[in-house]
Amino acid sequence: MQPVEERLKTLFLAGLDGDAACYREFLDKLSGHLRGFLRKRLFHLQDHIEDIVQETLLAVHNGRHTYRSDQPLTAWLHAIARYKLMDFFRSRARHEALNEPLDDYLEIFASSDAEPADAKRDIGKLLEQLPDKQRLPILHVKLQGLSVTQTAQLTGLSESAVKVGVHRGLKALAAKIRGAL
Amino acid sequence: MKTQDLVALLASEAAPVDRRIMSKRFSQAMLLGALGALLLMMACFGLRPDLGRVASTFLFWFKLAFPLALAAASLWTCTRLSRPGVAIGWANLALAAPVAIVWITAIPLVLLTPASQRVALLLGHTWRVCPFAIALLSIPAFIMVFWAIKGLAPTRLRLAGAAGGLLAGAMATIVYCLHCPEMGVPFWAIWYLLGMLIPTLAGALLGPRWLRW
Repeated sequence: MQPVEERLKTLFLAGLDGDAACYREFLDKLSGHLRGFLRKRLFHLQDHIEDIVQETLLAVHNGRHTYRSDQPLTAWLHAIARYKLMDFFRSRARHEALNEPLDDYLEIFASSDAEPADAKRDIGKLLEQLPDKQRLPILHVKLQGLSVTQTAQLTGLSESAVKVGVHRGLKALAAKIRGAL
Repeated sequence: MKTQDLVALLASEAAPVDRRIMSKRFSQAMLLGALGALLLMMACFGLRPDLGRVASTFLFWFKLAFPLALAAASLWTCTRLSRPGVAIGWANLALAAPVAIVWITAIPLVLLTPASQRVALLLGHTWRVCPFAIALLSIPAFIMVFWAIKGLAPTRLRLAGAAGGLLAGAMATIVYCLHCPEMGVPFWAIWYLLGMLIPTLAGALLGPRWLRW
């Protein structure tokens, strides 16, 4: 367990200082750990695992400013993963209280559907629901790799509006996922 | 969207993160919350007329120390509960200590008072309004503190809400001390505490809903 903590922590701290490559590797490794963590706990809900993995990644990203380097990273990550898992159970319980019979049938069809590693909920679709001033910066800067200046020219937004748009957009995306669960 | 794509999306937002954001948020929240409570107190109740005279007595500062210590302890608790994976720990003790000290002081005072005057000592002149006045004054700080906690990453929402409510209540009580004429320790031990528990309870009830992220 110790080497994993060390390795992840080094990558994450570098990411917090702005190193994108390290941060990416951290998120990649974290997705793997999360998948393993959830597979053991979500016995009957295997096809929701990827949704929760994605939501937890987003939560880790949006809450990354609350980590302090004197704290074990594993404890910090575990608390977030557990929080998101409990959140999933709660919304599911609420949802099922209303829709249980129908859901059971849908579950049967869902199991033959696509590859199991696919997320059921498409974050890309949720992204489309964001207002333009958040959606366009995310689309151009993050997905198409344009620079902030290029995006600003393309969308007619100011450069700071583009940066703010990306930041707020990711938070709004997390909120959308909560609503869609 | 595949998880890989999400990872790429998030990684491309890697930029140096401001890690002092927590202290910044809480300072802003407390400043505005205290200001709001002060304005509300001036508008609804006014300063006590003998404030200048009473401010030179030990008893006045002892009274102020009670909510001050609770505010410090609940702020500490809030900052711990706003970070995932951090236990409340010793903050528990810091929360219990001021209450214990006030109660330990109050009980002998009540016992030493002749039975005929005990009720007057416990109820003072303003027990009917005191807790509600504190709850009213805590509203601005309550909203601001919740805003601060929500912007961090609380994972135990009910506890975080209660701690936030207590912080708002303690700040409101500090401000209320500038108006409140009561100078009996037993009075504070009951009614100030009750006043602070109203926003604490509200925080525990609203936390799971308002603090979700």
